[in-house]
Amino acid sequence: MNGSVDSSVSVTVDRLVKRFGQFTAVDQISFEARRGEILGFLGPNGAGKSTLIRMLCGLLRPTSGKALVAGLDVAREPEAVRQHIGYMSQKFSLYNDLQVVENLRFFGGLYGVSASELTDRIRWTIEMAGLTGRESDLVGTLATGWKQRLALGCAVLHRPPILFLDEPTSGVDPIARRQFWELIHWMAGEGVTVFVSTHYMDEAEYCNRLVLISHGRLVAQGTPTELKRSALKGALLLLECEPLGEAVELLGSASGVLDAAVFGNALHVVVTDAEAAIAGLPRYLSERAVSCNRIEAISPSLEDAFVQLTGPSPGGTASRR
Amino acid sequence: MKWHRLRAIARKEFIQIWRDPRSLTIVLLMPIMQMALLGYGINLDTKHLQVYALDREGSQNSQSLLKRFQASEYFHLVRTVDNYRDLTAALDADQCKLGIVIPEDFSERLNDSGGVAVQALVDGTDNNTADLAIGYAQAVVSGYSREIQLNWLGRQGRAQQATPALSVESRTWFNEELESRNFIIPGVVATVMALIGALLSSLTVAREWERGTMERLISTPITPLELMLGKLFPYFTVGLLDAALCVLIAVGWFNVPFRGALTTLFFTTSLFLCVVLGMGFMLSALVKSQIGASQMALMVTLLPTMLLSGFAFPIDQMPAPIRALTHLVYARYYVTMLKAVFLKGSGVDDLIEPMLALALYAAVVVFFARRALRKTLE
Repeated sequence: MNGSVDSSVSVTVDRLVKRFGQFTAVDQISFEARRGEILGFLGPNGAGKSTLIRMLCGLLRPTSGKALVAGLDVAREPEAVRQHIGYMSQKFSLYNDLQVVENLRFFGGLYGVSASELTDRIRWTIEMAGLTGRESDLVGTLATGWKQRLALGCAVLHRPPILFLDEPTSGVDPIARRQFWELIHWMAGEGVTVFVSTHYMDEAEYCNRLVLISHGRLVAQGTPTELKRSALKGALLLLECEPLGEAVELLGSASGVLDAAVFGNALHVVVTDAEAAIAGLPRYLSERAVSCNRIEAISPSLEDAFVQLTGPSPGGTASRR
Repeated sequence: MKWHRLRAIARKEFIQIWRDPRSLTIVLLMPIMQMALLGYGINLDTKHLQVYALDREGSQNSQSLLKRFQASEYFHLVRTVDNYRDLTAALDADQCKLGIVIPEDFSERLNDSGGVAVQALVDGTDNNTADLAIGYAQAVVSGYSREIQLNWLGRQGRAQQATPALSVESRTWFNEELESRNFIIPGVVATVMALIGALLSSLTVAREWERGTMERLISTPITPLELMLGKLFPYFTVGLLDAALCVLIAVGWFNVPFRGALTTLFFTTSLFLCVVLGMGFMLSALVKSQIGASQMALMVTLLPTMLLSGFAFPIDQMPAPIRALTHLVYARYYVTMLKAVFLKGSGVDDLIEPMLALALYAAVVVFFARRALRKTLE
């Protein structure tokens, strides 16, 4: 991996805190990111991902703690930080009443991209965003996928070494999302450190490393594989039973079962010993008028890990999209 | 301050004005509408006031007095009624502004030279018009009275002594015809500048907040000063163009004399624009809502310009505390200068005092406007 070869640290976050009155949006978060790494902030809405990104961009002042972005303290030198970063806010923020090229020229001017370079960068962005032939269209008339790629183009016009993308693919169709992630990987390959926040589990798998955030706290961090492996204390089983609700309740009090949660039309059950459970659980259930049609050991998904790590979420279950 | 960032913002802002039908309407139509509305609408000259008369005598003398009312350009004798009730009814129904009552013994008392009173009933709803009506009526009556005296003295063979020992020969300068339009129109330029400057600039930052583009904007290296100057430059240009349009309408259409130098006019206008644009920008940055900011901007710019600048209502006639207050109203200095440049042909030398006052105001407002814009989401 790029990051392990060149281990220069591009972002350091140390016990960062952000409070709004009584509410603590970001609580003692610490991590590091290396050059060329794709770091995902994963967590439900309201977990504090946007607040964290905004502090790293110098848009919000940390209550306490320290964050160095490209070696600059975000609290002390927010202006200097801004020259080194690209930012895509959660809300679409190009000018709808400006044409595609007008938006690009505008941001090029703001970042001080030289005229000769800007022409090349605009051509590149338009190709990258698939907007060839639509250069003079008003941005307001474009579909979301195109808009997001154009917004990404505007954020990287000045070739920043660090890029912050706050839920860049929300509201974008799967194909456009796929294309967007290809761009992110291409940029990381060029040495750009990319921060992406998301609440899509499948997107999280595309990241080199993840920081799991829940209620403002860092719950876990590591590569997707590490997280999946470390999150579960026992083994994971998939159960298809009828009726589901009673099954969950029964399994909760069964011996050797650590956790049971509904996943779509089946159950994910965490047990201490997989073999013993596969042998014993169907009988245990059928004796209590619950039929078990299928039971097998599966490898945990990120979502399992996430549910496990963030503890019981309100309602006790997480439903799969 | 970086030129490329300033230019990027200014260019973007120009494009947005051009693409937004609402802004474009304000820019193009507002000066014309304001000029027409205020130029025609506010007319402080009272001419052809409707008059009803009750002639209780019906003599040659009484008729010749009424003829004098008729002949005056200030009055229009609509009708003669035969009883008091009809006269008061006409006043109540707003059919006339002035009622003249001539007593039965008019001629008799005239000949006795014991003095005779003619009653004038005035509709005082509009005190300005009422004042003028009374003044004009007195002038008409005293003119007539002098003629009677002259006749009487003439018959006595002492005509020459009738000439008063002293009299005032008045000559009006600067607004020779005493046209209230000449007095008002130069001030309309100030209301147009206040309206356009404050309205457009009060939308500019709030719009970015409302559309979510502000967060993106402050994540770039642009400085608050660059953002302010870049955003206000297009409106400043538009303001000056509109000022030119106003002068053109004032001189070409309303025939208001323009005796000063255009450079003086545009220099003072630039100072005034700095004040109103700065105020609009500051409110926009603080309030962060287009509706809220524009309402407040109009309140602090257009309202004092209309009421307390001496644009239509002379400052000398205001009560002392209000008169003192007008020194804080920046529009006062601008309106004073506009009128002086238009009608007196005053140059920079004559206007140094109001010009410095306005410049000071502009500096203070621009200073606070720049500080109002914070590059943070908090």
